[in-house]
Amino acid sequence: MLKALWIEASWIRASWKALCIAVLLGMAVLASAKEAAPAADDPVVEARMLRIAAELRCLVCQNQTIADSHAALAVDLRNQVREMIRRGESDQQIIDFMTQRYGDFVLYRPPLKGSTALLWFGPGLLLAIGTIALVLVVRRRQRLAPDRFEADPLDPPDQPPTLEDTR
Amino acid sequence: MTPEIGHFSLWLALGVALVLATLPLVGAARGRDEWMAVARPAARVLALLVVVAMACLVTSFVRHDFSVLYVASNSNSALPLPYRIAGVWGGHEGSLLLWLLMLCVWMLAVAQFSRHLPLAVLARILAVMGWIAAGFLLFMLITSNPFERLFPVPADGRDLNPLLQDPGMVFHPPTLYMGYVGFSVAFSFAVAALIGGNLDAQWARWTRPWTSVAWVFLTIGIAMGSWWAYYELGWGGWWFWDPVENASFMPWLAGTALIHSLAVTEKRGSFKAWTVLLAITVFSLSLLGTFLVRSGVLSSVHAFATDPRRGLFILGFLAVVIGSSLTLYAWRAPQVGLGARFALLSRETLLLANNVLLLVATGAVLLGTLYPLVLDALNLGKISVGPPYFDTVFMPLMVPVVLLLGIGPLARWKESSAHELARALRWPALAALVCTAASVAWAGGASWVAVLGLLMAWWIVCTVAADLWQRVRPEPGRSPWQRAQRLPRAMVGMLVAHLGVAVFIFGVTVVKTWEVERDLKMNVGDSTQISGYTFTFLGVRDVMGPNYQAAQGRVQVTRGDKPVALMRPEKRIYRVQRNPMTEAAIRPGPLGDLYVSLGEPVEGDAWIVRVYVKPFIGWVWGGCLMMALGGLLAATDRRYRAKQRRDEAVPAQTVAEAGLA
Repeated sequence: MLKALWIEASWIRASWKALCIAVLLGMAVLASAKEAAPAADDPVVEARMLRIAAELRCLVCQNQTIADSHAALAVDLRNQVREMIRRGESDQQIIDFMTQRYGDFVLYRPPLKGSTALLWFGPGLLLAIGTIALVLVVRRRQRLAPDRFEADPLDPPDQPPTLEDTR
Repeated sequence: MTPEIGHFSLWLALGVALVLATLPLVGAARGRDEWMAVARPAARVLALLVVVAMACLVTSFVRHDFSVLYVASNSNSALPLPYRIAGVWGGHEGSLLLWLLMLCVWMLAVAQFSRHLPLAVLARILAVMGWIAAGFLLFMLITSNPFERLFPVPADGRDLNPLLQDPGMVFHPPTLYMGYVGFSVAFSFAVAALIGGNLDAQWARWTRPWTSVAWVFLTIGIAMGSWWAYYELGWGGWWFWDPVENASFMPWLAGTALIHSLAVTEKRGSFKAWTVLLAITVFSLSLLGTFLVRSGVLSSVHAFATDPRRGLFILGFLAVVIGSSLTLYAWRAPQVGLGARFALLSRETLLLANNVLLLVATGAVLLGTLYPLVLDALNLGKISVGPPYFDTVFMPLMVPVVLLLGIGPLARWKESSAHELARALRWPALAALVCTAASVAWAGGASWVAVLGLLMAWWIVCTVAADLWQRVRPEPGRSPWQRAQRLPRAMVGMLVAHLGVAVFIFGVTVVKTWEVERDLKMNVGDSTQISGYTFTFLGVRDVMGPNYQAAQGRVQVTRGDKPVALMRPEKRIYRVQRNPMTEAAIRPGPLGDLYVSLGEPVEGDAWIVRVYVKPFIGWVWGGCLMMALGGLLAATDRRYRAKQRRDEAVPAQTVAEAGLA
């Protein structure tokens, strides 16, 4: 433990020293500094490309979007999307093109069709079932005779004060 | 020799687990004390044997024993010591052993800290845990033996996946597993109570602290995993709705529901059957999560099918655990009482609604995670379900949860009047609106989603403040400070955890809306300005790590004339597996992080550099830690620590009141 702390401390000292040197170096470099160019030629195209690429799966990666991946395929596809944007194609046209080429697997937002209906409507269905069940259960409890219930425990300690108490 | 000792102790452990699983159970059924008394020592012996097995595997890793197949697949002679130890849970077999070890830790804790439990209850609980241990031991011994030898012995190992060579690997899996496995305690308490027929408020009070502690571990584990992804993957994301993440998130969501439902069962005796069902669900989801992550089914259903033994065992094990506990439930639940009565509008109803919403959210995540697997297995086509789907489906479900979170704590148990609630809520609601409007006006450029996010965060803050004020406002003879000191710790825990949710939502909203990202082509000396910070690229140099070589960039950050940080993002190539890894450089701060990662070299000395300023991103994990802290405070409330009465006749609430006094 102590040793780890010491290593930590020496690491901090070392990085301080590095920082000071870097600052000096930096000052020297700064004299000739210029504004860095964006990696993309056209930031507007780039932003739109990234928005589209964030919905597409990099097919050779574990589980990454084309926007996030550094794989060669992802780089190619990003170029492809850029190219199509420059040609003036719409987002939908680009998505359609990708689906045609790689199938539904490339879409992180699965298209709504017969085989995915349950996927898209499932949560809504669950919510409906849950809400109905909740209402039924609570209402059935209301109608039960009082003697079906157990004795009331004393007021729990975290009961908020009533209106009378707060007045 | 060491691997054989490990292997042998696993077989011995299986024998002990089977004894633990049967003898105390039969003893409890027949009222034979000496059989029940076996439970505690058997649990200890089982734990000892598993520790021995674990020690053997660690030894094989530390000593570079590549004659062990698992070591050869997950280690390398150049791998530094901490990662050799962490490599133990870098693959399927070792993860199972870690899981088992955690189960033994929980089992020992139950044996140690449950002296106040009646012997029969304790015997049943430990027996159920014994069954779980036996199942896992069988799984390991039949299909996934970590001690399998390899012949001929390779000269060197295939190395640990470079993504996993990170301090995160040392801490994240054990913490996460402590959480997963911790829910086995709630499950065992529930099943034991179903068997013994002692499902009452007292049972809920015994279960509650265990469940909270497991939930705390899971919360921290998930937060750590998210933070790890944030700094390791190099593009600054922190949650990807990856199946692996979902696998841990599902038990968390259902576990959150369980914590709240246990509160009702303890305080009011209601929802007993529902709470038991939840406990079973949460543990089943934990099992499912473990298997999803570790079985390889996620990368390909078909690769998984090539080794059908594991798959069949997993499905069989899940079927046995879920099937048997549900059967037991169906048999026993009708005899469980309804608990105390409550009105349509009461804290009970609101908590039940919270449970429904959290479970629907769990169901949505489950659906999105399993759907592609099922479609693929049925040859109905390959689809991907990713962040766009989960954002669309999950976020709308969280809005009502947060709304209820504000109302619930202000509502009265048993019966609450709408008039009273409206009175209690009008000021917090107004304050939340004002604060949201003010923050939006101050920051500018908020989208509707951002406005909604900020409103939810402020809603929680204002209702929590109102709740706190009601409880500490000065009374004759008592100052707020005196009243605050008398607040039960569980209450403080709830307030802190709920505030944590607000902090979390705030962080997520702010970073999603106001984050600045720049993808730049930087020559040496080039600089860029973001949010008042100047980032200057000082170039790249080569550095050597123990088992990798890296290009290390240096980016100097200044604010005005003051130096802020020297950031050193790296691009690493690990020697064995050869894939490039991005190590982002991060300067964290309470108000936001600076984040720099290195892309590819372009012409000359220039590199592609990604620079981000991420305001308040730390609050995402800070919020999680606050939730965990809240859980910890609640779990250590006086009424759990106080020597509990052996006298079963003392009603639950009396004990709670005594704890307060």
